[in-house]
Order: sequence, then C-alpha cells, then structure tokens
Amino acid sequence: MITALDSSMLTLVTFIPLAGAILLLLFPRRDRDIRVFALVVSLLDFVLSLHLPVHLQRALPGFQFELDKRWISNPNIHYHMGVDGISMWLVVLTTFLTPLCVLISWKSIHERVKEFFILLLVLETALTGVFVSLDLFLFYFFWEATLIPMALLIGIYGHERRVYAAVKFFLYTMIASVFMLAGILWLYAKTGTFDFVAIQTAIRNGQVGNFAAAAPWLFLGFFVAFAVKVPLFPFHTWLPDAHVEAPTAGSVLLAGVLLKMGTYGMLRFNLGLFPEQSRSNAPWIMVLALIGIIYGALVAMVQPNMKKLIAYSSISHLGFVVLGIFSFTQAGLAGATFVMLAHGVSTGALFMLAGILFERRHTYEIAEFGGLATSMPVYATFFSFIVLASVGLPLLNGFVGEFLVLSGAFRARAIYGVLGATGVIWSACYLLWMYQRVFFGKITQTVNQSLPDLSARERWALWPTAVVALIMGVAPLLWLNAIDPSVQTALAPFTLMVSNVVGQ
Amino acid sequence: MNAGAQIIPQAADYIRILPEIVLSIFGMIVMLLDPLMDERRSQRTLGTIALVGALAALAATLFQAQYPGLGFWNMVQVDAFSIFFHFLVAAVTAVVILTSYEYMEVQEIRAGEYYALILFGAVGMSLMSSAVELVLIFIALEISSISTYILAGFRRRAAISSESSVKYFLLGSFATAFFLYGVALMFGATGSTSITVISDALRSGPIPLLAYAGVALMFVGLGFKVAAAPFHVWTPDVYEGAPAPVVGFMSTAPKAAVFAVLLRIMFEIRAPGRIGLIWVVAALSMTLGNIGALVQDNIKRLLAYSSIAHAGYLLVALAALPDNGIPAAMFYTASYAAMNVGAFAVVSHFAGAGERRVTLEDYSGLGRRSPLLAATLTIFLLSLIGIPITGGFFAKFYVFSAALQANLVGLVIIGVLNSAVAAYYYLRIIIVMYMREPREEAPVSAIPAGLGAALAISLVATIYLGVLPGRVLEYAARSVGELVR
Repeated sequence: MITALDSSMLTLVTFIPLAGAILLLLFPRRDRDIRVFALVVSLLDFVLSLHLPVHLQRALPGFQFELDKRWISNPNIHYHMGVDGISMWLVVLTTFLTPLCVLISWKSIHERVKEFFILLLVLETALTGVFVSLDLFLFYFFWEATLIPMALLIGIYGHERRVYAAVKFFLYTMIASVFMLAGILWLYAKTGTFDFVAIQTAIRNGQVGNFAAAAPWLFLGFFVAFAVKVPLFPFHTWLPDAHVEAPTAGSVLLAGVLLKMGTYGMLRFNLGLFPEQSRSNAPWIMVLALIGIIYGALVAMVQPNMKKLIAYSSISHLGFVVLGIFSFTQAGLAGATFVMLAHGVSTGALFMLAGILFERRHTYEIAEFGGLATSMPVYATFFSFIVLASVGLPLLNGFVGEFLVLSGAFRARAIYGVLGATGVIWSACYLLWMYQRVFFGKITQTVNQSLPDLSARERWALWPTAVVALIMGVAPLLWLNAIDPSVQTALAPFTLMVSNVVGQ
Repeated sequence: MNAGAQIIPQAADYIRILPEIVLSIFGMIVMLLDPLMDERRSQRTLGTIALVGALAALAATLFQAQYPGLGFWNMVQVDAFSIFFHFLVAAVTAVVILTSYEYMEVQEIRAGEYYALILFGAVGMSLMSSAVELVLIFIALEISSISTYILAGFRRRAAISSESSVKYFLLGSFATAFFLYGVALMFGATGSTSITVISDALRSGPIPLLAYAGVALMFVGLGFKVAAAPFHVWTPDVYEGAPAPVVGFMSTAPKAAVFAVLLRIMFEIRAPGRIGLIWVVAALSMTLGNIGALVQDNIKRLLAYSSIAHAGYLLVALAALPDNGIPAAMFYTASYAAMNVGAFAVVSHFAGAGERRVTLEDYSGLGRRSPLLAATLTIFLLSLIGIPITGGFFAKFYVFSAALQANLVGLVIIGVLNSAVAAYYYLRIIIVMYMREPREEAPVSAIPAGLGAALAISLVATIYLGVLPGRVLEYAARSVGELVR
C-alpha cells in the first residue's frame, strides 16, 4: 500500500493542478469562486508534495518514488518519473510558490480571471513535470510545455510592451531547445531508448557508438538550451524584458522556478551524461558565470526600475549556481542546489513585494518612492527581512548556499572564489541602496503618504516566504541532508576521473 | 485475366467495393430528394442523410475489413492499406459534413448537390486507395477531382469562388492528362496496367527508359493533386476562393487518397528513379510552402501554403525505405487530416456570412471573444507546428526518423529547418488571437452542435495520435507486407 502510494505520488503531484485547470474550464465565470478553487487546488498539491521530503530515504542515493511504465512502443517512450534529493526540493519549491502566486494575484488580476488561473495551474503541472521526468522525451515535452502558459501569462496579463516580451521569451527559449531536441534524438538513435538512467549507463559502459566524436556537440546542444533558460551571460537579454512586463505571479514563477529548470538541467544532464565534456568546458563556463555575477550586479545597481533591478539580481544569483555546479566539488554542488531553493523563495518574495507596490502606485520607478517606511511600516519590515535574506545575511537562507558555492569555487581555483565573493558585496550594495531610496528619507510625493499597508491576504502570501527563509538559514541541514547523497552520486564520475589521473 | 475466369461478379466482389456502393447510394438519395423538398427545410435533412451515409460507409469499411482480398478481376484489393484510407476518407467526410451544416445556412447556399458531391467525391477517394489497376485509379481520380472542382465554386455569389473553381478545373484536367499519359507510357513499357504485373515486369528484366518517363509523368499528375511544388501554384488561389469547409475537405481527404496512390506506385511498383524525383520535389515543397506562408495575411492562403509544406514533409517519407516510410507516410496523412480539418472547421465558423473574416487582423482578440474557439484553433496550430503530445509531433518524428534510416540526412536537415521556420507563422496566429486587442468587442456567435461535434472529433483525434500513436502506427505498418512483396 505504501509503495503504491509512493510510486503514484509524483504523478498525483504533477497532474493535480492540470486536473484543477480542467475543472476550472467548466466553472461559471464567478471570479471569487475561481480564485478560491485555484487556491484550494494549489494548496492541496503543496500538502501532497510534502509527502516527498517526509518519506524520502535520505541516506539512499539514486532516484526514489519511481514509476516506470511503457507508454509508446515506437518510439520507445516510457512514462518514467522519479526524484532524488535535488529534484525533490525543486518540486516542493514549485508547489510552495504556486499558492502564493494565487494569493498575490487575487486582486491584481481582474480581467479574464478564469483563463489566468487555468494558465497558472497548467504552468504548475508543466514545471513539476520537468523536475520529475526521467525519460528524455517526457522531459522535453514538459520543458516545451512550460513555454506556452508562461508566454501567454506575459503576453495577455503583462504591462505595456507585453507582446514584445512574450514573443522574445518564446523565441529565445524555443530556438535554444531545438538544439537539445537534436541531442536527445541523436541519443535515441544510438541507444534505442529515451530513458535517462539507461542512457547514462550505456554511456558509462561505452556502449554508444561514435560517442567520443559526438559528445562535444551533444554537450553544447544541451548546454545552450539550459544556458538560455538560466540565463547565463550573454544569453540573458530576454530576462529583464520578460520580468518587467510579466504580471507579478508570472515573475514569481519565472524567477522562482523557470530559471531553475536551466540550472537543474545542467546539473542533471550536462554533468550526468557528459562528465568529461563538462570537465573540459568548465573553465569558460565558470568565466561566463563570473561575468554574469558581476555584470548582473553592476547593471542591477543602476536600474531606475525596481522590477528590472530584481531581474538583474537574478542573473547575478544564478551565476552563483552555475559557478557552484561547474566547480565539481561537494560543497559547490550542494551550495548550488541550496542557492536555487533560497533564490526561489527570496526572489519570489521580492517580486511579490514589488507587485504589491505596483498595485498601489502603478509604477516600478524607484524615484517615485521614498520614505515609505513611515506610511507602510509592516510592508517595510517584510521588505527589509527579504532583502537581508537575499543579500546573504548569516542565519537567513541566502547565506548558506552562497557560502558553500564560494568554498567550492575556492577549491576549484582561488581566483574564481575571490571574484565570486565580490558578488556578495555587490548584492548588498544594490539591494540595500534600493531599500534606502524606497523606504527612508522624506516622503517626496503626497500620494505616498496615504498608501495603505499590507492587507491580511498579502500578509498571508508573505509570511510563508519569511518563515521559510528563516528556517532555511537556521537549519539548512533539513535540506542539505537530502541533497548531499544525490550530489555525491552526481559527482561519482568526477571523483573517478580524478583518481584515474592520480593513478597514472 | 484468366481465360476461364468468371464473367459475372460474385457477392465477394461487391463486398470489396461496399463503402463505395454505400456512399453512391446515399449520394443519389440526396440528389433525388433535393428537388422534392422545401428549400428552407432541406438543408438540415439532406445534411443528415449525407452524414448517415458517411457513417454507413465507415461501418461498411469495418465490415469489409473482415473479407480482405482481390475483387472485380483483380482490379480492387481490400487489405489493411485500403481499409486505413477508407476509414480516413469516411471520417473526414463525416466531419466536413458536420462543419457544413452551419456554414451552408450562414452563406445561404442551397445544400442539395453540395452534400451529394461530397459523397461522390468520397467515392472516388475511397476507390483510389483500393484500386490496384492504373486505369481504375485514373477513373477514381477523375471522380474525386470533378466533384472537388464543382465544390470549389459553390459560393456562387462570390466571383473569387468561381475563379477558384475554373482555375482548379483547367489546371486540374491538365494534370490528370499528365497522369493518363504516364499510365499509357507505363503500359507501353510493361504491357499491362495492373500494378502487380507491372511490378513483376519491372523486377524481372532491365528497366526500359519508357518506365522512367511513365513514372515521372504520373508523378507530375499526382504531385499537382497533392499540391507539391513546383506544381503548387494553383493552391493559394483555389483555397482562398473555395468555401472554407470544402477547403478543409480537399486539403485532406483527396490528398490522403492521392498519397495512397503514390505509395502504391512508388513502393509496390518500385518506381525507378523514385528517390531523386522525390528528394527534389519534397525539398522544394517544404521550402516554397513555408516561405510563401510567412508573408500571408489571409488565413486561408496561409493554410494553403502550409498545406504545400506539409505535402513536402509527407513526401520525405516516400523517399525513405518502405519498412518505415510507408507507416510514417500513412500516419502523417491521418494526423494531418485530423488537425487540418479541425483548423478549417474553426475558420469556416469564424468567417461568417460571405466569408468576411478571413484575414489575420480579424483574428485579433479571438482569445477574448471566444476562448473556446481560440483554444481549439491553438491546439490544431500547435499540432501543425509539431509540438509534443499532438499528432503533428509524431507525424514529423516518424517521417524524419524513417528518412534518417534511409540516410537522407540532407533532406532531414532541410525538413527540420523548415519546421522551425513554420513555427513562426503558426505562432503569429496564436499571438494575434491572444495578445492583440480585438477590433470588435462582440463575442463570436455560439458554436452550434454540429460544428462542436466536428471540432471535438478532430481534437480528440489530434490528441489521441499525439498521446497514443502506437496502435495507429502498428496498423499502418501492416501495409508494408501488403505493398512490398
């Protein structure tokens, strides 16, 4: 009984939002009911997804909660789902953020409400699917499936230049993932399977014909698709546009989860399938990651637009993740995973906070504000807490991950660690400076004097992020003891390579 | 024909053409009832009779499937291959009739001959897939073509429709003449018009030069019918003028039937010069079709160019090896039929009286004015792009992987690049529907039951082929053994 529940759990968590979306289709257009229903569905999904961390065998490496059924015989596609300690947390991050997205969109979306929540729930299914798929075809399907609801969310519910941003987002990521599809099909042609584990085994045992010649190209094909998603410098130009134009919930999921698809993909597929190529390509990738960290931070510093500032800060933070992944150290990989989660929580919260301000003033311009701490004290408190979490204050979530990544980077090469560490300083600069301009000083504009503080609903949306940010900072082991065994498995081929070198 | 062969057809012979008989009878009933009925009331009644006819043909096909074999002195053959296409043609016919109900009323077109002609056209198309004798194939082709010529001109009040009909008729007869000429040359080269005999003759000795010419000429004629480049010039004009449901019909059912003929000629006869011929035509069709579609603002013209491109993808499968080329091509015809008929059902509903709304501009804001219609069209368009879990994805997947196994790497690269280009213009429609402000705020008229059923069938078929393609592909794969002996 337990095993049956375990193996169907991922399917449930993945498809409950979709089922909810289909039910919503049949709903009458009573906006309140629709919102409540979407909230209930996403909360139910979150509660169910908690089954995973509770019942995960933490000491065991490899995939758990697996379900492997033959789906289509030609081509040989399996419905293969499973998570390890890394992807499990990303699933939980997705289900955690979605109810908050529903809450934060309660009032700000007042036109075509039904379609909005349908798209949001469909997006949740697609995002979860990406993290749980162990069949490359299934993975590719979910990967592409995230594009459509996200592009529609931006294109329909966004701000002035929404169509431009939606099309740019769609074309960038779609064109990049064609290269990954080519790689997937090549692997299928050679191995006759889409199964991740089977392909991995075949590659390790040298059973894939002509692999040595093709591997550099395959690595690049996968890497380009992921790098655009992350986004790694210089593929990042779609991100600020998409963020600035997207509705708040779109931004939260975009920064919180969508970007992690890219880093997750690098970790799982680039490192998992092509360890040697990962090793040989690591130097320039780490340089790009460092450029991303520093460039993203510097550009964030000079943004007059609050949302654009947060968007560029994402580029900087995701640079840390890539740096950690390609350091090939235990600390670096575990830290990268932790940064993914921490960034999801705190940047998600930052976007929600920006959205709350936008609902009141219909602008993101920092210059429009000033002195808000007097008129909105509760809001200012939440904001400061999240900003501190985001800059990496010890005992909050940002610190742990960045510390681990930097220690990993130092071990890989001291200069990487030194340059990466400047990113921490930069992030303190731009976030605190932004905080100062928005909340301190005198109230310059009379409208700002009478802005209402947080409503109960908004507090409900923000409290969970603040609490989780604190727990992640105080007790990171709750997360890390599930992540570590999976990281060790991911690093196994690399330690092997090192010992081979030593042995010669 | 053996000397002692029976002169009088047996019951078994009639079973071999049962669907054609059923369709003809219902077609004649419609024609006979038409003048007897009140014009107002006749629309629905005649449409329903025609629908019953199409469904009866479906049933007859299922019945016929239990009695495979040759009939009428080895002129027709019932096998998995013919059953597949019979089923497809009858299903498309039923869906098109469902779509036409509302359309005929809105356009105020007298419906009698319309439904009869659709049924008669379906007779020709069905017969094309079961005929194994070139002259009979020619006759079937003519039956199907003549019906569609007339159907194309059915919006009598619109000059553009008459233009479409005349253009289609003149160029179409020219093309069938090519086909007939090819048949004659083939007869000259091998001394027979029976496909099996020709196949044996070509295999037993050196291939005469005449046979090459015969294949090439037949290919020209058939290439015209499937709108393959460089014989495609008629397509945009004809599609633009013809009534929208008819375009949905003639871009799918006759095309599927002609592809059945092409499969027989290319694989069963083992046409000499096959790969070179198809390589060029497929590459041209994909490229010209997609480039043409990029600049279209009329949705019917856009879909016309897209159908040229899809004919190109399909032809790629015919250049592959029979083992996986035949099932791939058959799967493609089925999924293309599902998505394209569906797309045209949406177009015909939205067009309104006199087909006023057919430009891309008109579709702006459709997502708001009719969410259901827009969502349905989106799924068909995603399938036409080839996004996973729609039929269009596996259609392309099978075709390209078949071509790869035949080492047609160049053709596959052209095809993949083309699919990427194609994504752009299909997405343009989706973007316009969802992200532009509507020009008029009024909601689109509600979807009537008939059209709703048509959309539901096409939608289910498109998704089914995308989620569980296995059974259809396996059934199609049975034809390999029948065609390649």
